[in-house]
Amino acid sequence: MSDIANTIPTPQRSAQIKRSSAPILGPGFKALFYKECLRFWKVGFQTVVAPVVTTLLYLLIFSHALSEHVKVYGGKISYVEFLVPGLIMMAVLQNAFANSSSSMIQSKMMRNLIFILLPPITSLEIFCAYVFGAMARGLTVGFFMWLLTLPFVPWHAMVPNNPLWVLAFAMGGTWIMGTLGLIAGIWSEKFDHLAVFQNFIIMPLTFLAGTFYSIQTLPALWQKVSHVNPFFYMIDGFRYGFFGVSDVNPWISVSVVAVFVVLLSVIAMRMLVTGYKLRQ
Amino acid sequence: MNQASVPAVAAVELVGIRKSFPNASGNVQALDDVSLSVEQGEFFALLGPNGAGKTTLISILAGLTKADSGSACVMGFNTVHEYRDARTNLGVVPQELVFDPFFTVRETLELQAKYYGVKNASAWIDEILEHLDLTSKAKANMRALSGGMKRRVLVGQALVHKPPVIVLDEPTAGVDVELRQNLWSFIKRLNSEGHTIILTTHYLEEAEALCQRVAMLKNGKVVALDTTANLLRGMSGITVQISADATPPAWVSRGGMQASGAFGYTLSGYAELESLLAAYREANIVVKEMKLGEADLEQAFLKLTSRSAEIIS
Repeated sequence: MSDIANTIPTPQRSAQIKRSSAPILGPGFKALFYKECLRFWKVGFQTVVAPVVTTLLYLLIFSHALSEHVKVYGGKISYVEFLVPGLIMMAVLQNAFANSSSSMIQSKMMRNLIFILLPPITSLEIFCAYVFGAMARGLTVGFFMWLLTLPFVPWHAMVPNNPLWVLAFAMGGTWIMGTLGLIAGIWSEKFDHLAVFQNFIIMPLTFLAGTFYSIQTLPALWQKVSHVNPFFYMIDGFRYGFFGVSDVNPWISVSVVAVFVVLLSVIAMRMLVTGYKLRQ
Repeated sequence: MNQASVPAVAAVELVGIRKSFPNASGNVQALDDVSLSVEQGEFFALLGPNGAGKTTLISILAGLTKADSGSACVMGFNTVHEYRDARTNLGVVPQELVFDPFFTVRETLELQAKYYGVKNASAWIDEILEHLDLTSKAKANMRALSGGMKRRVLVGQALVHKPPVIVLDEPTAGVDVELRQNLWSFIKRLNSEGHTIILTTHYLEEAEALCQRVAMLKNGKVVALDTTANLLRGMSGITVQISADATPPAWVSRGGMQASGAFGYTLSGYAELESLLAAYREANIVVKEMKLGEADLEQAFLKLTSRSAEIIS
């Protein structure tokens, strides 16, 4: 057995009192972000491959069933071309939410959240680590989706007309969903609560956000209803990045996304700073 | 500056800590004006029956629970206003057996080191694994470990950033005797090198053997705070356990039924033992078996907390 006494810098032999590092996003953030990424990567079949396969099935079924019957944007692009960016964004959003929400609720239920509450990690670091981890998973799923849909559509349709818009909506959308997932995870006291969030809020809003159709094909009332769905702006703006065509002005969409980014971030930060349902 | 003239900052300083929790019948006062100080380098025991407030006190120190009033400092850093520095100086082994099922033992320790900003922790993690007899399990998933092994990983997680103050909340619960001895020799070595150790345990003989000072909590209040030696001195005398069908009427108030089924008495000396045995004879109660012992921390604990032995057995 080695001589442990020679290896331990103790209060008497080294600096007696330790000081934490000062950067805004310090080592605690890096470690927690790494842990969040490692967590979903370790179960990649469940967290990346499965959603990609599920979304590809949506593509096969909907494109086969509807491509002959649905005209979008006055026939400027085919239905399959229209469908793919929407499906990619839907998968990106749902997986970003799933990552932060499941990570938080599992840590709470298994009570191992203590491991990140004991170290000198700030609320901002926890927030950023969870949200960036969610963004990483959402964007990973989106990238593989994009790659695997290339054989199904003309390649020129899958090269974004304006990559900056694509990037802005992908980043903004995953930020919103990662934050929403964090809020849901903190608020939920059991898996049932999270299921309510997922099945009655996230799922309907993503499905009714114009993923499978252009809202211009809807009756006037439902068009108005769609305009109060924030997910619609994320998907419509993302699609604009690919085709340069959208149901609403992309600047309106990006403004809505920005408002929700700020609003949800403030709520999540408030929960973390006050220790809501985290610290007694 | 003459360093000898500068008073050393206390490892842990608790002043007027109060905490209540709501329950169905109103509020339960978990901690009621708790004040105590633990000096650097001390091996300190925090004892008390279940529900006395030990874990709540540790949670407040660790920043997991917010006190209603009062202040807590670790190495001079306030746990609320200077929480980052306070937590950097503190390592806590939680009572609850918790783990993250996604990671291996080594990954768990590496992540915990990184949370504290420890760089190049591999060599130290190797040392911890060796001393906690976990080297062969380094690549095993946390789910695959026994309860005792998980407990040792928790100890490792608390030590991974080499904190000056280490709080161990029931660290040996579920750990077998041999490994318990290894763990204590490791902790004693850390203490001898200057680390402050704060311990809660149900094994009172451990606290008696290891700790220089003891605080006893009851119903959220400190009922005793003294050196272990002084507490034992206050319990001078002998203890007697008598197996019998009853206790003599005159001794009912002094002899409580213990977990073993025997009646336990604390006597001032052997002269009083003769009186006790005479009382048994007069009452025609047959003494089936009798054991004598010196006063220990358990007696002090029972006396001060006025609880039956069943609670701590």
